[in-house]
Amino acid sequence: MKLTVWTYEGPPHVGAMRVATGMTGLHYVLHAPQGDTYADLLFTMIERRDHRPPVTYTTFQARDLGSDTAGLFKTACQDAYDRFQPEAIIVGASCTAELIQDDPGGLAETMGLDVPVIPLELPSYQRKENFGADETFLQIVRHLSKPMEKTARISCNILGPTALGFRHRDDIQEITNLLYELGVEVNVTAPMTATPSDIAKMGQAHFNVLLYPETGESAARYCEKTFGQPYTKVVPIGTGATHDFIAEIRALTGSTAKLDTDRLRQTWWSRSVDSTYLTGKRVFIFGDGTHVKAAARIARDEMGFEVAGIGCYNREFARDIRATAKEYGLEALITDDYLEVEQAIEALQPEMILGTQMERHIGKRLGIPCAVISAPVHVQDFPARYSPQMGFEGANVIFDTWIHPLVMGLEEHLLHMFRDDFEFHDAAGPSHHGGHAPKPLEPAAVEKGSMPAEAAQLTPDNVIWLHDAEKELKKIPFFVRGKARRNTETYAAEKGLGEISLDTLYEAKAHYAR
Amino acid sequence: MTAQMPPPPALGCRASPVLKQRGQREVFCGLTGIIWLHRKIQDAFFLVVGSRTCAHLLQSAAGVMIFAEPRFGTAILEESDLAGLNDAHTELDRTVEQLLARRPDIRQLFLVGSCPSEVIKLDLSRAAERLTQTYAPKVRVLEYSGSGIETTFTQGEDACLASMVPVLPSTEARELMVVGALPDVVEDQMLALLDDLGVGPVRVLPARNIESDTAVGSNTVFALTQPFLGDTHAALERRGARHIAAPFPFGEEGTTAWLAAIAREFGVTEEQFAKATDAPRRRARQAIAQAAAPLADKSVFFFPDSQLEIPLARFLTCECGMTPLEVGSPYIHDALHGPDLDLLPQGPQISEGQDVDLQLDRCREARPDLTVCGLGLANPLEAEGLSTKWAIELVFTPVHFYEQAGDLASLFARPLRRKSILGVAAE
Repeated sequence: MKLTVWTYEGPPHVGAMRVATGMTGLHYVLHAPQGDTYADLLFTMIERRDHRPPVTYTTFQARDLGSDTAGLFKTACQDAYDRFQPEAIIVGASCTAELIQDDPGGLAETMGLDVPVIPLELPSYQRKENFGADETFLQIVRHLSKPMEKTARISCNILGPTALGFRHRDDIQEITNLLYELGVEVNVTAPMTATPSDIAKMGQAHFNVLLYPETGESAARYCEKTFGQPYTKVVPIGTGATHDFIAEIRALTGSTAKLDTDRLRQTWWSRSVDSTYLTGKRVFIFGDGTHVKAAARIARDEMGFEVAGIGCYNREFARDIRATAKEYGLEALITDDYLEVEQAIEALQPEMILGTQMERHIGKRLGIPCAVISAPVHVQDFPARYSPQMGFEGANVIFDTWIHPLVMGLEEHLLHMFRDDFEFHDAAGPSHHGGHAPKPLEPAAVEKGSMPAEAAQLTPDNVIWLHDAEKELKKIPFFVRGKARRNTETYAAEKGLGEISLDTLYEAKAHYAR
Repeated sequence: MTAQMPPPPALGCRASPVLKQRGQREVFCGLTGIIWLHRKIQDAFFLVVGSRTCAHLLQSAAGVMIFAEPRFGTAILEESDLAGLNDAHTELDRTVEQLLARRPDIRQLFLVGSCPSEVIKLDLSRAAERLTQTYAPKVRVLEYSGSGIETTFTQGEDACLASMVPVLPSTEARELMVVGALPDVVEDQMLALLDDLGVGPVRVLPARNIESDTAVGSNTVFALTQPFLGDTHAALERRGARHIAAPFPFGEEGTTAWLAAIAREFGVTEEQFAKATDAPRRRARQAIAQAAAPLADKSVFFFPDSQLEIPLARFLTCECGMTPLEVGSPYIHDALHGPDLDLLPQGPQISEGQDVDLQLDRCREARPDLTVCGLGLANPLEAEGLSTKWAIELVFTPVHFYEQAGDLASLFARPLRRKSILGVAAE
């Protein structure tokens, strides 16, 4: 049993729904109790879809348990087939149905439907949403695709995008265009946008472009083995990664087509002097493995940030993220426990968080700006405008998104100079955000200052702030105050000081100067 | 005493045939009630014993994390918990210990059963007894089921309140108990109205915290503010309390009828009733008249969601001039819904339960001016050119009693107003 307040991933059948909803012509018959239909609103509300997800729920109730839940499943399956006339059906169980062991796959097989019926085994008490999507897509590919003659012109499939994915809609367009410029045709994009008959044609492609390893890697490996299709290993998020991706495509295809990179503005925006203030900003990065890995590289090499902490919630990518963390001289935080992430952020006091909607809330509570880089998603993550994360336009979008929560260049200086101005005070937050004053940190500071240090051993948490030092700390603008407090306390603990005076504060400042 | 009310229709819907269908139900399960109950009962924590799906539902229904640290959580069952039930009990004890250590402010803990915990027959009542012994007197541990196999959406609140009835202290005093979770501001308005009528003492269930003086006994009479409290109604009758049947307090007429039933019970004079209600009645009528203009002569179709459908259909028909085409409710309970059905003129199809695909067929055929439905259906129906009002807002928004009557009408009017502002032809 695991106590959970908020979860990063839903159950595996929601992953299967993301695959089914992204596709057309496929129907999902889900053995599930009343209430599991809540998942429909993820798609109709968060993603603003104008169709119901193609899912039929058997809706069994307590009184059915003693009688014929299997019969209920068959009726629901037949009704769904008659009404929706799908090209193929996937069948499976949600967490509760898994316990009653009706075997939807076996039941559907006995019904003699004249379309392919694909059974799903998604262990609800062990695995989660990303696994569910990845496994479902693999099963669909295994059942429907066949070896075929390759297309005359060089072509690829794009693998991994699903419904409810973080910016998948726009990434597909950006990468399809990029491939086109390189002279590569897209044979099938799947699961999102594909029909079951498209899946059947996947074997025609020369290779696969794997955009989202979380949801497409098993299918990519299967296609490599079965159809001899190599797949790309670089995920093109960020300028550097996009260039590497292009090199990978050129190596796979021999393409020498010239690319127009005029619309890549991120590199100049980052080099232009206004961006100097970004230098060395300490960021904490958390999300799914793929987006975190890409964000770390962008943060350090393309924005000039310092990566202060890094982690991911999907254990499938733990090894990858641990290796990445090592490159940055860090220890990775691999957890799906929201409270652990919050503690890590509180201890590190980064100047910015690159995270998910969950970290956005943590940031709100701690007064730390946050930009969202990964699922889990929220209605805000489906903007009306074109805003990919991938390719050159993705790099531009990321630059804008990441600097938006920050106090910008000259404003930062003005706040340092005139922090007591009655209209221009620092607790008001960045001037381009209306009404989002972060919670001031003063009350906690006062408490700490007046509390005697009880423990004998000095840790950054039990150092006493003397009055003058504390007053001076309050003069430091809010967006660096947390860091200054942390640095000073760590410095004092390291030097064996039990109290922080004005001198200690400035010695620590000099110590950490960069 | 008699309040001046429009005469009831010659033929109401109470005896109308009810269409009952069985199939896919597009509704929430009872766990959803935790979203508002944990704000209402301020010293309570709701611990769902369930699966990742339960946690995901609560998170999604709550609009993804409204509150940084909510007073609810899920003890997610894992593979090892399914193997042996004794181990599951040990695990539950450990989880509760961990939780109460982190939240010393908690005085009431609700263990909430879910579909998986019901199916594996994890006995939460045994767990609640055991844990009450461990943590008494500081923390009281109760249990109820919010599972989808047993409860639909608002029935979760019903199950929660029903679980509190057996542990209410006994009293022989003649008291009025008002039952149903209301937003604090609305509850205060209601208490002020009852005070103006000279009715008292008034107790509320659920109370805001464990230290309340809500008690029950054979001299207790109770009124319901929510139409989904069937089990709580039965539990209170088992404790000897008597129900005051009345239409539900929505709109001016509903509120007046509800108050009038209580006034009759407590022998309030007509003069005093008029003195207490005349001014708010006038305000409510005025507010409704302003807000409901776009609703007049429009048709409305209710998908089943919260059991609020019948009282709301009465409000929209009798007070806003709408024509109901179908009124679907997850469950119809005559003792609770009868008084509103009496006032709803015959005509609409009354339906109970759901086969969502068949009901969608009927809705598309009827092409109502306004469709009241859940979040899973709203955007798809809008895309087909229908105007929709999402039903969950009716549960989450203050809509009861006089001062909210105009707000209630405008919740329904807003989709139609919006469509006309945007220049989309309402078909």
